[in-house]
Amino acid sequence: MSGAHTQVAARPTPESKPAAILKSKRDHISRAEGWRRRGPLLPALIFMIVITQIPFLVTLYYSTQSWNLVRPGSRKFNGLNNYVDVFQDSQFREVALNTVIMIVGTVIISVVLGLLLALLLDRQFFGRGIVRTLLITPFLVTPVAAALIWKTTMFDPVFGLINFVLKPFGVGQVDWISKYPLPAVMADLVWQWTPFMMLLILAGLQSMPRDIIEAARVDGAGSFKLFRELTLPHLRRFIELGAVLGAVYLVNTFDAVYMMTSGGPGVASSNLPYYIYQRAFLGFDIGQAAAMGVVTVVATIIISTLALRLIFKSFTGNEEAA
Amino acid sequence: MSTDVAARPTTTTPLRVKRKRRWGRDTVWSVVAWVIGIGFFFPVLWMVLTAFKKEGDAYTDPPTIFFTPTLEQFRSVLSSGIGTTLMNSAFATAVSTLLVLLLGVPAAFALSLRPVRGTKDALFFFISTKMLPVVAVIIPLYVIVGDIGMLDNIWTLVILYTAMNLPIAVWMMRSFFLEVPSELLEAASMDGASLWTAVREVILPLVSPGIAATALICVIFSWNEFFFAVNLTAVQAQTIPVFLVGFITGEGLYWARLSAAAVLTALPVVLAGWVAQNKLVRGLSFGAIK
Repeated sequence: MSGAHTQVAARPTPESKPAAILKSKRDHISRAEGWRRRGPLLPALIFMIVITQIPFLVTLYYSTQSWNLVRPGSRKFNGLNNYVDVFQDSQFREVALNTVIMIVGTVIISVVLGLLLALLLDRQFFGRGIVRTLLITPFLVTPVAAALIWKTTMFDPVFGLINFVLKPFGVGQVDWISKYPLPAVMADLVWQWTPFMMLLILAGLQSMPRDIIEAARVDGAGSFKLFRELTLPHLRRFIELGAVLGAVYLVNTFDAVYMMTSGGPGVASSNLPYYIYQRAFLGFDIGQAAAMGVVTVVATIIISTLALRLIFKSFTGNEEAA
Repeated sequence: MSTDVAARPTTTTPLRVKRKRRWGRDTVWSVVAWVIGIGFFFPVLWMVLTAFKKEGDAYTDPPTIFFTPTLEQFRSVLSSGIGTTLMNSAFATAVSTLLVLLLGVPAAFALSLRPVRGTKDALFFFISTKMLPVVAVIIPLYVIVGDIGMLDNIWTLVILYTAMNLPIAVWMMRSFFLEVPSELLEAASMDGASLWTAVREVILPLVSPGIAATALICVIFSWNEFFFAVNLTAVQAQTIPVFLVGFITGEGLYWARLSAAAVLTALPVVLAGWVAQNKLVRGLSFGAIK
């Protein structure tokens, strides 16, 4: 932007030539320079357009087709009927609701836990680095392996650790996964995503200007007041960013559902990715599944817009500060 | 300095009391932090412990804590054909990460130090692809990949993992490039060095920690990826998370062996994440948070 301008200006401009030629030459140079600058960007840009945009356009096209792989030759244009069917499908509505509960619930719980853990880690204490390392580990564990741990060693009705721990409180051999499938999946998700929130919020805490806190403390502000009136407002941006990014990543939750409950019983713990997967790869209903995919995208645009705005805002904020 | 020394004796007693009280409180908090830290880590620890048990010790009520460790489970997992899938995962992860860097680092450069026109639009485009739910593209991908005969081919995953991580890499690397003072590039170019030399000799060494962190984050995401892998591969190109799922179906009742398989699955990325932990936030927030 401004760089291009200085480049052109830095070149010695021959004064004898008419202004028009000069102008066209300048344009020519800046165009060539423009392409030279664009060069390194183009491979990545073209790659991403081809790999992500074309399949999505094809999804849009498929969503207008009546097409079931089990009945070859039955493929025909179907208008918007797939969409009508999707909205009349009560299972789809239940699954959509599950998806919202799963995302919102997981985000809220892991933000709260992440905030508490971040406050804990913001103190100086012996072995802080090790504790931080322990705390972020759940986020790193392969989601499939994490779901496996929770399904077997944690939630098993007879040999699971959860029931072992709860036994003194009079909880018997509860089969958590079949009794509370959605909360069970969410427990695994919260366990995996709390470290993510914690890291973001911790970064926020550590970017707090210490002198302001000290000044407020000298002025006699209590810990709670300090937290509410200084820390929390400062953390707002980080918490918001964590929440929307968490939501964007969690929209794609698939592994945990697949591993722990297979979406069941019925569709009690299915979310949109899992339900669409079932429709496409087990039901072979390409048209319907594509329409559901499009609906999912439209629904996530709202949250994505929020996420994008926050990310851009924090970037321009940083750049102005720098 | 002298006033400091003079002032000290008068405040000694209350300060020491305060410090003592503070020290006591700090101890309490550090114990709390350790207990919670271990609590959070416990499921992982338990998985590791179970992996070293005999099957008989894995199923007990109450759970067995003291046992004679055995490598039997790891041996049996390693002999059950996990080698090919480990190789597949390693290949898809390594090659896609390399491709991401080859495409992403130049792109990030073009969007930061010598920005092109429309930088903001390009950045917006890259990140918006990350906001597109994966289910929205899986069906045509399956059909297209099938049509060109690339189902169950590891290169399919390489391409998709590259696309999956490229936006993160572009944004993250851009945030590292932006930290390089732009005068540096100009100064280096003015010395008569070509732009490429200036970039190679001056800029790249400066951002190399960023490149390493970006690579580690790409490694974590591609190694852990399951959705594409389970839908687009079968036997030949099977990756480790898919193997683990298949293992559960086959050996669901053998917790110790399952845990050993899960440990082998998760170990490489847990290590990568531990190494990259200081830069993790930056990658996950697309460079928005340092």
